[in-house]
Amino acid sequence: DTSLAEVNSFSPSVPISPSSMINQYKFEDGPELRDLFITVDDPESHITAIETFITYRVVTKTTRGEFDSSEYEVRRRYQDFLWLKSRLEEAHPTLIIPPLPEKFIMKGMVERFSDEFIETRRKALHKFLNRIADHPTLTFNEDFKIFLTAQAWELSSHKKQGPGLLSRMGQTVRAVASSVRGAVKNRPEMFTEMNNYMETFSQKINLLDKIAHRIYKEERDYFNEMKEYGPIHTLWSASEEDIADSLKGIASCIDRCCRATEKRMAGLSEHLLPILHEYVLYSEILMGVLKRRDQIQGELDSKVDALANKKTEKDQFSEEIGRLEDKVEHANNALKADWDRWKQNMQWDMRSTFTNVAENNLRYYEE
Amino acid sequence: MEDCLAKKMEITVSEAEKRTGRNAMNIQETYTAYLIETRAVESQIEGQCAPVESLWRRYSEFELLRNYLSVTYPHIVVPPLPEKRADFVWHKLSADNMDPDFVERRRIGLENFLLRVASHPVLCQDKIFYAFLMKEGGWKEMVNETGFQLKADSRLKALNATFRVKNPDKRFTELKHYSDELQSVISHLLRVRARVADRLYGVYKVHGNYGRVFSEWSAIEKEMGDGLQSAGHHMDVYAASIDDILEEEEHYADQLKEYLFYAEALRAVCRKHELMQYDLEMAAQDLTSKKQQCEELATGTVRTFSLKGMTSKLFGQETPEQREAKIKVLEEQIREGEEQLKSKNLEGRDFVKSAWADIERFKEQKNHDLKEALISYAVMQISMCKKGIQVWTNAKECFSKM
Repeated sequence: DTSLAEVNSFSPSVPISPSSMINQYKFEDGPELRDLFITVDDPESHITAIETFITYRVVTKTTRGEFDSSEYEVRRRYQDFLWLKSRLEEAHPTLIIPPLPEKFIMKGMVERFSDEFIETRRKALHKFLNRIADHPTLTFNEDFKIFLTAQAWELSSHKKQGPGLLSRMGQTVRAVASSVRGAVKNRPEMFTEMNNYMETFSQKINLLDKIAHRIYKEERDYFNEMKEYGPIHTLWSASEEDIADSLKGIASCIDRCCRATEKRMAGLSEHLLPILHEYVLYSEILMGVLKRRDQIQGELDSKVDALANKKTEKDQFSEEIGRLEDKVEHANNALKADWDRWKQNMQWDMRSTFTNVAENNLRYYEE
Repeated sequence: MEDCLAKKMEITVSEAEKRTGRNAMNIQETYTAYLIETRAVESQIEGQCAPVESLWRRYSEFELLRNYLSVTYPHIVVPPLPEKRADFVWHKLSADNMDPDFVERRRIGLENFLLRVASHPVLCQDKIFYAFLMKEGGWKEMVNETGFQLKADSRLKALNATFRVKNPDKRFTELKHYSDELQSVISHLLRVRARVADRLYGVYKVHGNYGRVFSEWSAIEKEMGDGLQSAGHHMDVYAASIDDILEEEEHYADQLKEYLFYAEALRAVCRKHELMQYDLEMAAQDLTSKKQQCEELATGTVRTFSLKGMTSKLFGQETPEQREAKIKVLEEQIREGEEQLKSKNLEGRDFVKSAWADIERFKEQKNHDLKEALISYAVMQISMCKKGIQVWTNAKECFSKM
């Protein structure tokens, strides 16, 4: 598939092996049906009088008619991604918007501009855009298109048009207040189940994330001790005659074990750790989505209650109620469909990730 | 090794038991006693089972035996005892002498010690050793009656003492150097191995947490549930497998430890040689100076300054009779000294010859044993990897069914 090969050549850090490509681009509909290919690469730092920040190159290739051209190359910074995410959340409050990498990780004490941090973030941003591209609804979102195609100045002028962040925050505050009370009573069974599931899932995925990090740390400690172990045998072989060869043999085997351990660690940090982290973030997002659905329902419910108390102005209310009912139904359906989709993805991801871990371990022991 | 005891007799240290008793200072103490069982081999050939003789000994008696052997056969590289206290432990093993794992490994070490002595061509013929195996009561008195403690040279124990030896046998100097290197490299290796084992333990055990979480997670999943649950089981198996693996490795560590302690025995022989050489050189020096004194007195010339010479100058010369008497005494001493020097020389040469023979025997034994130990270590690692492959193949299958 030549278009794939071309895309790969743009981002040298994307590995070429087939199994990792599958991890990068989740072919849900099969590679032949995809018509939008996005890569995020080439981080560059920009220094101005006020601040220093990093931009990433976003390359899009597409065959879709609604795009004026078939190739786009733009530069975006993290703030732009945040903007896109909030626009998507606003437009589709009960759809599952993929997670963005966090703003700043305190616990790792990683420098904001360390290579490791930038690379981890780049990979996560790449994943973010691709997940949106794969989503049957979100992929056609107008803001998404603008994000991918607009030049820097076009984007900033477009950003200023939408409802400000502050007004949106105000909405959220009111919504949270209302959701605390009434939402629970009329919630359909299905969504209660989802809520319960998400609570447990969130717990477990967080635990798995911690466990995986712990394993990584233990392996690194093991590796550090092993580094010293091999050379001792070489040193010993210098005093011996008869057994010198055996000792040297063991020393070289230990060194190979060291290298194999390094590979295993790399496997963990490239595949398992990012996915677990992504799903930790996903679990938070999903709790948020469920809450928003509850809010929307809450709005409807409170209006219904209000109508029951005020017999007058029925017509006005009934129109509003009708609208709200539609909204609720729409929201519910959207969420349900998306939920199923998400679960399937999650399953697929977990399966492939853990299988990958198992394969890595197999390779390690075989070596 | 044609006629050594090990061929004629089966020796095992089969049990260990905690005892309490009163020690030499009449204080109550707890100690471990070991059961030594012996059975003559010859009668087994006739199809009969010879009776098993047994007696109990404690570690301090083993120590006494070894001290006796070291003193009585200074030219032999005497096999070492297993360590008194647990060294090079990693976090799982306790350093407690009463810990059952430690006691078990010590039991094996003591048995190994007895077998080594019994297979040594010289040591196995020793009567005290035989009595140690056969005679429960009164053995300690028997040992003390040999008076070996008097023969023990306290200078050998002084580790820091250096002797300015002018003409040591070069082979012994090299050997001492080698034994120092061996000791330092093996102890370094054991230390790092203990740390590596500790870390490996950590890696395996944390995987056990996967088992628990997978199992809890599988409860809320429908399609993924079975896959998760069985994968979790395999993670538990993986985490548990490290215990056996590391226990096997302890045996390997014990084999290395034996040679760590053997290095000390080797050094002891070298030092004995140094001491003998030192005594020899001192005796020769003493003889030379006496001869000189004699000559001076006889000829009346004072070639070297001496306090005696000065005092006699100050307080008057001696009478010829006095001088004659002195010369006679000195001549007697010189004669004795020459005899002694001759016998010391002979002793020294004999020592070098027999010590070197045993050292050659030891070298062969060491190379053979260490090679085997290294091979078995490699085999252990391979088996560990095979187990790992099995577990992760199973896990992979479970994951792919999720």
